[in-house]
Amino acid sequence: MNLKRILAVSSKEFIQIRRDPRSLALAIFIPVLLLLIFGYGLSLDIDRVATVVWNQDASSKLTRDFLLNFKNSKYFKIVKYTDNYRDIQHMIDNGQVMMAMVIPKDFSHFIESGKTSTLQLLVDGSDSNTATIAMGYVRSVVAKYNLNLLVKSLSSLGVSPARSVDMRSRIWFNMGLNSRWFIVPGVIAMIIMVIAALLTSICVAREWERGTMEQLISTPVKAPELIIGKFIPYFVIGFVDLFVAVVMARFLFGVPFKGSYLLLVFLSALFLTGALSQGILISTVARTQLLASQLAMLTTFIPTMLLSGFIYPIFNMPQIVQGITYLIPARYYIIILRGLFLKGNGIDEMWDDALFLLLFAFSMFGLAIIKFRKKVF
Amino acid sequence: MFERIKAILIKEFKQVLRDPRMKTVIIISPIIQIIIFGYAANKDIDFIPTAIYDQDNTKESRLLLDSFTYSKYFVPKYYIHSEAEEDRMLDKGLVSAVLRIDRGFGRNIKAGKDANVQLALDGSDSNTAMIIAGYANTIINTYQYNLLKSDADTMGVQFSAPSVDLRDRAWFNENLISRNYYLPGVIASIVTIMSLLLTSMAIVREKEIGTMEQLIVSPLRPLELIFGKLLPFGVIALFQCALITTLGVLWFHIPFRGSLVLLVLATCVYLFTALGIGLFISTIASTQQEAMMSVFLFYMPTFLLSGFAYPIANMPEVIQYFTLINPMRYYLIIIRGIFLKGVGIDILWTNFLVLLLFGIFVITMSTLRFQKKIA
Repeated sequence: MNLKRILAVSSKEFIQIRRDPRSLALAIFIPVLLLLIFGYGLSLDIDRVATVVWNQDASSKLTRDFLLNFKNSKYFKIVKYTDNYRDIQHMIDNGQVMMAMVIPKDFSHFIESGKTSTLQLLVDGSDSNTATIAMGYVRSVVAKYNLNLLVKSLSSLGVSPARSVDMRSRIWFNMGLNSRWFIVPGVIAMIIMVIAALLTSICVAREWERGTMEQLISTPVKAPELIIGKFIPYFVIGFVDLFVAVVMARFLFGVPFKGSYLLLVFLSALFLTGALSQGILISTVARTQLLASQLAMLTTFIPTMLLSGFIYPIFNMPQIVQGITYLIPARYYIIILRGLFLKGNGIDEMWDDALFLLLFAFSMFGLAIIKFRKKVF
Repeated sequence: MFERIKAILIKEFKQVLRDPRMKTVIIISPIIQIIIFGYAANKDIDFIPTAIYDQDNTKESRLLLDSFTYSKYFVPKYYIHSEAEEDRMLDKGLVSAVLRIDRGFGRNIKAGKDANVQLALDGSDSNTAMIIAGYANTIINTYQYNLLKSDADTMGVQFSAPSVDLRDRAWFNENLISRNYYLPGVIASIVTIMSLLLTSMAIVREKEIGTMEQLIVSPLRPLELIFGKLLPFGVIALFQCALITTLGVLWFHIPFRGSLVLLVLATCVYLFTALGIGLFISTIASTQQEAMMSVFLFYMPTFLLSGFAYPIANMPEVIQYFTLINPMRYYLIIIRGIFLKGVGIDILWTNFLVLLLFGIFVITMSTLRFQKKIA
């Protein structure tokens, strides 16, 4: 290892990056755009569910009162009242509404005479997740309504139910249940993984494709020196991205940061090292830029988006897939980021996740060097 | 003219498929995506890992806990006995919820007084926390309902309580299976990213290694060159679309209720836009790295704001208008309409029309720009 040679390689790489200012600009701009989209554009909260109502018992005050429960709730938005099934069918078919509620014509009659009345709910199930949540909302409105009916009929009999069970929910770490706080730390992990791997996946393949690798090989530079040298500029870019992302998270989106910045820097460096090495590994294996970029997309973007717990909770996945998520480095980094941002965790809560990152960084770096040596010498 | 087109087509197909690993990637990447989306992308919240902290430990408290654990939602993972443990569980993210019953719960219930339970939720995943709180509320309401009813019974009060019986039914996806929603969308995602990447990088590559000059001095006309460049990638995209559809229907049992012809037609129309944008990027980028970053820059917002994973109805209103200029949005509506709803051209024609207009516009613009660049 010779520091001078490493620096020579990295200064060559720096020049190459500077000559392609648009790529560099994109490497900074894409993270900003991603944060803006995730922070402002996407919402995981489901409210204002578009609903069409067919009240067959519209003349009664009772059904109108019943509907108030939905009208006054931010979870529903009654877009239309109708009086036939054709309308309902049509509106659900072309996606104008998510659900349709049909109140049968003897609804008030049954309720007033102390019997059970049905309430029909038709839901567009194609987006099953939204559908399930919307149905849950309706269910809880109905459960509460039933409870009130019971209390009322008991008290009309002179029995006043004294006791009640009251549930106190306490939300930890994110009192306002702000979904931005949940998403933004995850986006940071995705940005670092994707940008690092995308950028470096190409940087070795490019030398092969243009034939300049031969020239590099014939110089006295050794494999680890070459890789570390190529590594340094992208490491710097990665840290600039991290810095921009954290500043945006803190000051634009108001996400709190309760942990230690030192730990953030240190653990991010581990993750970044792993991600960059993975990119170099891909690039060494692929040899052409087109193939390298495909592989980078496939092995970084998709798993980081889907298997890291970034959006989809891991505990809902099938057992086998849950096992696979242990191999996704972003999983640990996201736990760490959420721990640092929201929970104020320190190293004693996160040492095992940090250990996995360390393992990831070292094994990827090692693999990259071994593979590269084999290809070249 | 046909001879020349044939020649460039053969050259392009050879070039793309020469590398056996490239062939593998073309086949493997849709398969991996479909498997991940088929098995992992699931926002339904069942089986919530829960810790139970029962300080009361009476018949009443156990009865309440049972009504939580008998629902399929709450899975008791740990039984804990101290507040420190509660902290640790949530800090380390071992559980998403801690259900806590303080001493005196059973005594209060028996004495006819108010009693309370506490639910501590890990709010760092706000979406999940909100859903869990909703489940818990419904369970508590039902519990209380039964409690009051048994009160009335023991007092010997004769009465019939009115109630509303909710009958809900989901259309198009009766069992509310997430993958039925996601998998058809994978077609749109793969077709978009593949056409963009392959087209733009293949063309920039010729520029980078200097073979574009050779193509330009050959008798090929610019339009023939463009046609020959784009067609192979269109064929690859159609192949991937077929692959995903076959796997989705046969392996994951995704319903396919509409017309196959319509799906192929929609994909062809959409390809004009996707390939056209790839061509456009190739006229801007001078290196493959730049082309790839530009593809990513275009693909991310297109993908995220298409309604693929995040319902457009939930976005802020301004962004909802913005999605109107997103071609993938219309393609997705068509795909899902065909797969899940089985609707035909009579309902989908507006989406087709918009896609067609997009396609014509994009392909014309990029062709003009490409011609100017190489002329």
